[in-house]
Amino acid sequence: MKEKLLEKLALKFGESAFETSEFRNELTFVVPANRIVELCRFLKEDPDLEFDLLADLFGIDMYTPHRRFGVIYNVFSMRNKFRVRLKVFVEEENPVVPTVTSVWGTANWHERETHDMFGIVFEGHPDLRRVYMPDSYEHYPLRKDFPLMGIPGSIPLPKK
Amino acid sequence: MATRTDETARKSKILQALEDQNTSLTFDDPLANDLILNMGPQHPATHGVLRLLIRLDGETVIGCVPEIGYLHRGYEKLAENCSYHEFIPHTDRLDYISPLSNNTAYVLAVEKLLGIEAPERAQYIRVLISELARISSHLMFLGSLAMDVGALTVWMYAFREREKLYDVFELLAGARFTTSYTRIGGLAQDMTPEVAAMVRAFVNQFPEKLRECEKLIQTNRIFLGRTDGVGPISKEKAIDLGLTGPGLRACNVNFDLRKAVPYLVYDRLDFDVPVFEGGDSLARYYVRMEEMRQSARIVTQVLDTMPVGDIHAFKPKRVLPRKEKVYTKMEELIHDFMLINSGINPPVGEVYCSVEAPKGELGFYFYSDGSGQPWRMKIRSPSFVNLQSLTPMVVGSMVSDVVAIIGSLDPVMGEADK
Repeated sequence: MKEKLLEKLALKFGESAFETSEFRNELTFVVPANRIVELCRFLKEDPDLEFDLLADLFGIDMYTPHRRFGVIYNVFSMRNKFRVRLKVFVEEENPVVPTVTSVWGTANWHERETHDMFGIVFEGHPDLRRVYMPDSYEHYPLRKDFPLMGIPGSIPLPKK
Repeated sequence: MATRTDETARKSKILQALEDQNTSLTFDDPLANDLILNMGPQHPATHGVLRLLIRLDGETVIGCVPEIGYLHRGYEKLAENCSYHEFIPHTDRLDYISPLSNNTAYVLAVEKLLGIEAPERAQYIRVLISELARISSHLMFLGSLAMDVGALTVWMYAFREREKLYDVFELLAGARFTTSYTRIGGLAQDMTPEVAAMVRAFVNQFPEKLRECEKLIQTNRIFLGRTDGVGPISKEKAIDLGLTGPGLRACNVNFDLRKAVPYLVYDRLDFDVPVFEGGDSLARYYVRMEEMRQSARIVTQVLDTMPVGDIHAFKPKRVLPRKEKVYTKMEELIHDFMLINSGINPPVGEVYCSVEAPKGELGFYFYSDGSGQPWRMKIRSPSFVNLQSLTPMVVGSMVSDVVAIIGSLDPVMGEADK
């Protein structure tokens, strides 16, 4: 399955279009933000690959000056029983990634959660509200510069 | 400080989302009107702190927006500041109906990151506890679904069985609810013959007790009327929304991680994956009932074929030593000190490992920077993802069926909110 996938991707997107790494038999591709929707659609709709289940989508804060935030897509093919991981890196100043809700409906809440926790904006998302934190909350809790103990006074107590 | 306008803005945002459900209705009857109903977060039928905003036309639901986050404890942030061992007790508090499954899923992911494997006996015991947890979780489902549609007796019957399981867990792990039974590379303690005898006694009488519950509701007209054809979801929609577990198998999709990507020793055990058609509440009920029988079958096989031997992998730099050796041996004391103080220090890399938990695919993702604490840990919790399917299920049904549909989806908010 791995060979077939790499071959198909090379055919469609050109040789070494994406940085590929492997650890513990798990494939990871680093994808430029502007090609993620195209790649996801290809992975899902190609009849041989059929990555029909977006198992998970989440953010990661690398805390580096370059490529600070990452969005990780965990995609599974139920027919081929194969899992790949796609990664999109964005910069701190402009963390914008195109949404993949048009490819997998389940991305909706995952992207909302990523937005809630990291402040990454998913362009074209139908309903980009916070999931866990209150809507008026100003911080992004899973960023590395957010303290573990929280920020005192950031969530107002209920009025008496 | 949030001001009054913030509060109004927040409320109108939620209401806006509800309005955006793309409904255009023409009313012939001047009395017909849309009503926004707020259900939860403190509602006995929502199984925790789930809040639903429902838009009603008469008694028919035409829009539904689930609001979650009332039980958000920031476990992913906490995990980044815990060593790998320290997080095990927190996994009990994710899906608190089946803590043993979570314990197993967590240590499997850490072991994959480390590149180690627990000994065979430990793997068999992990299968056993996962299946007991599945039975326990599905019994909870059975009782609460029956109670949601008005059959209180089944709840009592189901809880009588769960009580027996809790007695097993207490003897096995030392705690009824918050078990924290697994360890990286092994288990907290071995299963004694006494526990094995209790488990065997439980699974021998279990199918008959399950039949008792079935007799009460399976042919009951009210139960069937409240579940048959209620809250349907199509196969394509379910896959698109990432539904996994019994909910997906009720849509006639034969997908079970125990078969698809066998982990532990599931490939050596003989069991079936029940699949039903319809995708409605009744199909979800049937899938879970059959899964309990299959779990009992697996448990019997595990008890019959479980090897004797060690339950800890021999990796002194990774696996916590036994306490009695820590007190008497120098080497073990040093390893214990190092493991507790600096952690297990896995290699740099990232892994994802998932198991078929009672609610669906439960996975843990780790990004390790080589230190004793994970740089990033992500919980792929089935309840969070499954709750997304609630909206298409409830739209078009009656308001009283919403309760039954939540019951049939069986979300646990501890897991959905993390």
